[in-house]
Formats: sequence, structure tokens, C-alpha cells
Amino acid sequence: MSLSSSMNNERGVGEIILQLDSISLAFGGIKALSEISFDVREHEIRAIIGPNGAGKSSMLNVINGVYRPQQGTIAFHGQVRRDMNTHHAAAQGIARTFQNIALFKGMSVLDNIMSGRNLKMRATLVEQAIYWGRARREELENRRRVEEVIDFLEIQHIRKTPVGRLPYGLQKRVELARALAAEPTLLLLDEPMAGMNVEEKQDMCRFVLDVNEQYGTTIVLIEHDMGVVMDISDRVVVLDYGKKIGDGTPDEVRANQTVIDAYLGVAH
Amino acid sequence: MLYREAGQFKTTYAADQQIFPIRQDRIGVVVLLVVAFLVIPVVANQYWFSAILVPTLIFALAALGLNILTGYAGQLSLGSAAFMAVGAFAAYNFVLRVPGMPLLLAFVLAGCCAALVGIVFGLPSLRIKGFYLAVATLAAQFFVVWALVKFPWFSNYSSSGVITAQKMEILGISFDTPLMKYLLVVSLVALLALAAKNMVRSSIGRAWMAVRDMDVAAEVIGIRILRTKLMAFAVSSFYCGVAGALYAYAYLGTVEPEAFTLDLSFRILFMVIIGGAASILGSFLGAAFITLLPILLSVLVHAMNELLQDLVHASLPASITSNMEFVVFGALIIFFLIVEPHGLARLWQIGKEKLRLWPFPH
Repeated sequence: MSLSSSMNNERGVGEIILQLDSISLAFGGIKALSEISFDVREHEIRAIIGPNGAGKSSMLNVINGVYRPQQGTIAFHGQVRRDMNTHHAAAQGIARTFQNIALFKGMSVLDNIMSGRNLKMRATLVEQAIYWGRARREELENRRRVEEVIDFLEIQHIRKTPVGRLPYGLQKRVELARALAAEPTLLLLDEPMAGMNVEEKQDMCRFVLDVNEQYGTTIVLIEHDMGVVMDISDRVVVLDYGKKIGDGTPDEVRANQTVIDAYLGVAH
Repeated sequence: MLYREAGQFKTTYAADQQIFPIRQDRIGVVVLLVVAFLVIPVVANQYWFSAILVPTLIFALAALGLNILTGYAGQLSLGSAAFMAVGAFAAYNFVLRVPGMPLLLAFVLAGCCAALVGIVFGLPSLRIKGFYLAVATLAAQFFVVWALVKFPWFSNYSSSGVITAQKMEILGISFDTPLMKYLLVVSLVALLALAAKNMVRSSIGRAWMAVRDMDVAAEVIGIRILRTKLMAFAVSSFYCGVAGALYAYAYLGTVEPEAFTLDLSFRILFMVIIGGAASILGSFLGAAFITLLPILLSVLVHAMNELLQDLVHASLPASITSNMEFVVFGALIIFFLIVEPHGLARLWQIGKEKLRLWPFPH
């Protein structure tokens, strides 16, 4: 966590790749998000913060198509859409992790990560049943790529373990691995460090920064640990009760009086 | 002989991804195949072929089909017997109505017909899950049996509704003796089991398990939920359809709707539960358990009765002996479920893990 945001900026943040324009989402009478607009630039780490129930997870769900907003548009890579759908989002290179671990409990770590690459596999059912030709080639080829992710996240020793048997911190890491296996251009992380001890948090921060630096992956992350957020993110969006109350660099957000009042508390 | 993979290093991903990565397992499978194809045909008698081996293998195939749907893809179904019925009647009609239809092709097409029916009855799975889906598949069970009785075209306007299956002949070779029937069934079952194993270790298998374990996450990584579920219904029904055709041709010798009742669907579900969900081996173990145990019990009860006869010159009344079989059978099912709710396959796996360490405790 010693990396400062000034260091991050040296990676060269590029053009806007994701533009959300006045997104409104309601569940019946409850307004989860109202008129939210913000953008994400290529290669940056963009944090979304806000108190519980502010609409942070809903925001991610809108970005990758789990929820369909009633209003607004989403432009990803310049392609403007009313809403995303999950398959399209995945095919476009958006991957994510979940707040509550959403791994496939009955499968091994390796199979979980391999499943992240399902869109790269083209073999037909019959080819897979015979396990010959393209099916076999794809399995081996994708296995190689998956092993790179396994090396990157340092989880070689648990490759064959069923994920249900792993401790929480490692499960979070496997979930990140599954998302990375898809070679995303945009990675959505929903509280990747929640419930971790200091050491695990430091590891996770290191991985997030490494992903961003080595692969140039753009990252949107939700996190409650302010130390982490202020340290690793380039820009921060602040939500409260479904409204955007702040947007800018960590320093700007930290100085914003509305944000201080609403979220960090006046005493800070 | 020790069951241990020590010293067996994998230097390629291909070697690591083979079906049986441990050498001892590979030897075991070869031995099993040699026994199934060379030893059993020589040593077994007619009774073993037609009353024990053939039905067990056919039920194992049906259980394998249901296991793909329920164990791997997580969709509960009570319609297996219906899909078997579709397979049996489709095979009969293909052989009957298409001149020169090769039998194996008829079986494959029968499986495809069952797959289509499976897809139709799998459509509700997009909206409903678990027990509710099971009830929806129950509709398949009742509808198919009803339709086969209602429309006499399916049974070629036979007055009794019970029709004799045609003689089995492939490439001029007649499969009418118990031995030949056994060889046909064991070959098909072995091939389809291999195909099933290949599917569950490929991307479609991972997609099935992903949908089973966490459907939202599966959707987010780009798996199309409905397509994956319908694929599971199709493949599962294909297996059940082929099993149904074999059941009619190689076991019963007749094609009749009454052979494919809800009772059979439940038996196949029990095979999956007792054998072990999401396990190819489990389907075989479950089928063996459910088919062989009643036979074994009946032999035991008979022997006991004869012993009583010799000792005290009295025997148990038939009503008690026959019910005793059911009681013991039920008790054993409960016992096994308590000992290992994940089925016999898990017991086998635990045994293997223990063997790896034996004789050391850990």
C-alpha cells in the first residue's frame, strides 16, 4: 500500500473507454440510482465509494448488464447502448468479481478459472464428447493461459483443490483469477478486500496494482477501506442514496465538503 | 500393491489433463475393460447376462443421463422414464418404417428424438428451479406415456399395445443370444460413458457445473444460461433415449408404454442419489446397488428360509419373506445415505485418498 497515486499516474491514463450518462435505476418505488453520470478512462483505477446502500453494487450491475437501468445510456469503447446484457458485456471484455464470493463451489480451482475462459472456446458439443481435434487443442491452449494467471496470483499450490475447501482470502483470490482468465479490458471489483486481514489486503492491493500495471487493465473498484481507496485509485466517484455527490482525484474527494459530511463524517 | 502417484511427474498439460492421471487408475480401467469384454463373456452364464448384467448396464446408462442433468447441471428431473420411452418407441418406429435402417443408426436417431423432447420439457427450467422444476418434468412423464397410448400410430396399431421389438442385427451379425446382447450393451455403454466423461471435463461440463453452482456468476462470465440448461436436457435425454431403446430391444424384447412408468423414473433418480451426483462412476455404482441388491437379498432370504427348514422344519410365510426384502433394502438405502450423503462414489474416493497414505495415518 506504499504506492502512492502519483506513481500510478505514470502508467499513462488514456482515453475514456466507459461513459455512463444519467443512469437511473429503480426497483419498484425504490430509487437505487438516480441520474448518475461518470466516465472511466483507459488504464486507470477508478474507485466507487459511498455508505452502505448507496448504490455502488447496483452501479457495477448496470455496467455489466445484470441490471437494466430505466434511464440513461452506457457507452463502452464508443458503442452507445441503452443497457448492457451480461453476455455482451463479457464478450466485450468486461469481467467482474462479487461482493459475496460467487465461485462455483463444487469445482476445483483450476476448473473455476478455466470456466472464466469459456467464451474463448469454440469446439462443438460433439467435438468435446470425442475430445479430439479442436476440443483437445483448445483445452490445452486455454490451460496454458490459465496457468499464467495461476502463476501471476501465486495460487499454484491449490490448483486442484475444490474451492469450497479454501479459506476466505484465497477464495477471493481465485475469484479474481477467474475474472482475469477472461483477459478483460475492464475489470469490475466489488469489495475485493472486504473481510480480509491486513496481510491479505496488502496481497490483494499488490495484485490489483500489478494487474493494472502489467496488463494495462482498467479497473473499477468498490471498496470500504479508505486507506486502500485513497492509495491505489486514480479517481474516485462518491455515491450517497443513489446520487453522485463527488467525483475527482482522491485529494479532491477528500477535500469535498459534501463528501466529508455524507460519508467520512464531519469529525474527520 | 500401493495406490500412490508418488514419482509420476507430469511434464505437459496434456499428461495432466488425461482422464486418469494416476497410473494405477489407468491399469485398473484396462483390467476392468478386459474383464468386461473378455473374461465375463467366457465365464458368465445365461442368467447372469440377461437378468443381471444387461439390466444393470442399461440402468447405469439411464442413470448417467440423469446424472448429467441433475448431478452436473443441477436440474432436478422426474421424467427420465419418459425420455427412455421416447427412445424405445422412436427406435421401434425407425426400424419399422424406414426400410434398411441400420439398427445403430436407429438407436442414435432414437436418442436424438428423446433429446428434442427433452429440450421441449426443459424450457421451463429457465424460470423454475429445484422441486418446482421436478414437478414440471413430471408433466413429461405423464404426457409421454399418455401420448404413446393415445396415438396407436406409435405402436403400429397393435391391439394389445405390447409390441415385440424387431430382431437386432448389425452388419449381418445377429444379436439374439444373451451373450451377443450383453456385448452390444456393454460396448455402447462404455462408449457413451467415455463421451460423457469427455463432455464433463470440457467447457460444456464446466458450463453445466457453473450454472448449477452459481447461475449469476455463470451469466457474468458469458455463459448463456438457457442454452446451457437446454444442452444438459438434450444430452441427458439422448442418453436416456438410447438407454430406453436398449431396455426395450436388449432386455425386455418388447416395446410397451407400461415399462416406462414414474416408478422407473424414481428408481433412476435413486440410482443417481445413492451412486453419487456429479459422478460418472456413481451412476454405475448406483445402478448396480439398486438392481443387484434386491437380487442378493432375495437369494439370502431364500437361503435363510432353507436353513430354517432344515433346523426347525418350519419356514417363514411368503408374505413375510418378500416384505422382508423390501424392509432390508429400504434400511440399507437409509444407512448408506447417512454414512455418505454424497453417494457411493464419494465413499470410493475417500477410500482412494486413504489408500494414498496407507499405512500411515496422515
